[in-house]
Amino acid sequence: MNRLDVDALLDDPATRVLVCCGSGGVGKTTTAAALAVRAAERGRHAVVLTIDPARRLAQSLGLRELDNQPREVRVEGFQPKGGLHAMMLDMRRTFDDMVWAHAGRERAEQILANPFYQTISTSFSGTQEYMAMEKLGQLVGRDEWDLVVVDTPPSRSALDFLDAPQRLSTVLDGKLIRMLSAPARAGGRGIRKIVGAGFGLFTKAVSTIVGGQLLQDASTFVQALDSMFGGFRQRAQATYDLLRSPGTGFLVVAAAEPDALREASYFVERLSAEDMPLTGLVANRTHPVLAPLAASGAQAAADRLERSGDAPLAAAVLRVHADRVAVADREKRLLARFTRAHPGVPLVGVPALPVDVHDLDGLREIGRRLAGE
Amino acid sequence: MNGWTDELSRARLHVVTGKGGTGKTTVAAALALALATGGRRVLLVEVENRQGIARLFDRPPLPYAEERIASAPGGGEVRALAVDPEAALLEYLDMFYNLGFAGRTLRRMGAIEFATTLAPGLRDVLLTGKVKECVRRVRPTGRHEYDAVVLDAPPTGRVVRFLDVTRAMAELAKAGPIRGQSEGVVKLLHSGDTAVHLVALLEEMPVRETLDAVAELDAADLRPGAVFVNRVNPPRLPERSLVAAAQGRVDAERVRAGLASAGLEVDDDAVEGLVDQAVEHAMRVRAEQRAKELLAEADLPSLELPELTDGVDVAALYELAEVLVGRGVR
Ligand SMILES: Nc1ncnc2c1ncn2[C@@H]1O[C@H](COP(=O)(O)OP(=O)(O)OP(=O)(O)O)[C@@H](O)[C@H]1O
Ligand SMILES: Nc1ncnc2c1ncn2[C@@H]1O[C@H](COP(=O)(O)OP(=O)(O)OP(=O)(O)O)[C@@H](O)[C@H]1O
Ligand SMILES: [Mg+2]
Ligand SMILES: [Mg+2]
Repeated sequence: MNRLDVDALLDDPATRVLVCCGSGGVGKTTTAAALAVRAAERGRHAVVLTIDPARRLAQSLGLRELDNQPREVRVEGFQPKGGLHAMMLDMRRTFDDMVWAHAGRERAEQILANPFYQTISTSFSGTQEYMAMEKLGQLVGRDEWDLVVVDTPPSRSALDFLDAPQRLSTVLDGKLIRMLSAPARAGGRGIRKIVGAGFGLFTKAVSTIVGGQLLQDASTFVQALDSMFGGFRQRAQATYDLLRSPGTGFLVVAAAEPDALREASYFVERLSAEDMPLTGLVANRTHPVLAPLAASGAQAAADRLERSGDAPLAAAVLRVHADRVAVADREKRLLARFTRAHPGVPLVGVPALPVDVHDLDGLREIGRRLAGE
Repeated sequence: MNGWTDELSRARLHVVTGKGGTGKTTVAAALALALATGGRRVLLVEVENRQGIARLFDRPPLPYAEERIASAPGGGEVRALAVDPEAALLEYLDMFYNLGFAGRTLRRMGAIEFATTLAPGLRDVLLTGKVKECVRRVRPTGRHEYDAVVLDAPPTGRVVRFLDVTRAMAELAKAGPIRGQSEGVVKLLHSGDTAVHLVALLEEMPVRETLDAVAELDAADLRPGAVFVNRVNPPRLPERSLVAAAQGRVDAERVRAGLASAGLEVDDDAVEGLVDQAVEHAMRVRAEQRAKELLAEADLPSLELPELTDGVDVAALYELAEVLVGRGVR
């Protein structure tokens, strides 16, 4: 197995951006925070962009509110050799700021007040990913930190992080919106010819369902956005290019379970197809065996002890061991399968800590495990 | 409260939600098998375009049709349906406007995804509409097509919005074909025919999320059903050693002597490793006990399902279904 050397990665000044990806709940936020803390303590000037961190984790980094700005982490017992800033992403605010930055005052106000904007900026799946990328671009652009660690939104699939911005662009691009809201005026005649009369019917059907007002709002929104949309797209492209550059690394976080590893595999393949740099896989919450004792022997001995009833504690300790060996064996098997499919991907296992990780010590502990200490 | 109740047995629509990854799809499938046991016909529905049911039952992707996927002990059967909102919308529109072949083209263009983007509530209205149609459908004999319908629902963070059809309708046109059917959906979801079950793990965050979800369901006048406590590990240490062990106090000498009496000679490092493992185990069990106490605040019937070390395959689903039947599910 090809071991991921986390300290070498963190110490290398050429490492400028680390993106922690993975499917929902695997430990992306925890890993990102732990990496940033460790990097700062080893001398880097780091900033970590977290997304929806658990409240206590946020507090442990001194983040009390969502103010969409990096704050220096000043908490007791934390005197890093380098420095650490942390922030939580506020997606709505990031979107608003983008609108302000790209549209004139009057137009921006018009956009922000549009009901369709409210929908897109709060509940369209994909907005969070897009805004995370936008914020990442901003943080790198500020040039105040030599390492930016990014968490990614809690989504089903790690691929969403790469795909969602595209989906949002497609919607905002507005060809369909324009056709639906004002088919007579819109470009897109070619498509309409193909669809033929069905399109008119469809427009009618859609407007009876969602209502003419909504279509009207959408249309106004897209027209207002039109002028700034080029700017949007350019920025998204610039961030995409950044993700492809040599200073960037993707860390895929996965649980040692079939679903999470399958997702991780898809993601690894996708990164390679996109020429994006994959740094390694973090197998989180593993259960390594701590005593070299065969499970079968332990079971047999536990059986004997239970029958005699003499040493209940020793019997229980042996049962715990046998359970643990069974879990560890399965995890090893699953990880070996992943490694066979992706032999070039460096990997590190992080054991499941017996308690939730929500303070600085917990993050340091995860950091040590990441580094293989 | 422990086990299934008569009131839950009267539900015809079982909605299964929970924090992401806690086992919604697994529990929904096991529940469908359990409900079908003894000769009933149950429909298992998924709505998130993920083909989770097909994967779980080790089959090719499900088409948009109700297909038999498993037989249950005692002659019952489980059918499955993956509702695709685009297909549901087209099916729907087709009833009112003859879209014919244009429908397919629109779909290829992404026009339908687009329409559901305009009004995110539309997607939910279409999905719940299809579910309601399945619950209410009757055979020519006058009997319901399905004795029960089990829905593998969106996670707790989104489920109330998903089920709150009334709110979604507010986004849509004041009149129109979809509005008509939605009234029936609202009635079903807020009636005694529907129970919203929650899947939880014995960890603090999932339990808190479960409690929040229960409060949210109550506030939206939706009826919480049972809590399925998934992936429960057997406690191994004797109760009286647990608290001390969780604080790191395990008598290594006693462990060593016990091992020796069973004929196991191990070195110091191994004893230390065994003790560390026992301490971690005790800490986890204690955390699980606290989570269980917290969960009791929900005051709902609860059913435990064991952790299956080898993962979940079809045989394991039958095993879980048997556990549920043993806890009174019918
Ligand atoms: N190695 C570990 N040992 C013990 N607990 C862990 C470990 N890694 C993560 N956790 C815990 O698991 C939970 C989920 O972790 P985290 O929030 O980092 O996941 P995530 O991938 O960011 O989730 P989401 O997709 O919801 O954003 C947290 O309660 C965290 O404390
Ligand atoms: N009782 C169990 N024992 C062992 N593994 C389990 C158990 N229940 C679920 N799992 C495993 O946990 C993982 C998640 O389960 P499942 O897919 O059912 O969750 P889910 O809540 O539907 O997830 P999602 O939020 O992604 O839809 C799967 O790998 C499944 O095999
Ligand atoms: Mg997270
Ligand atoms: Mg699922």
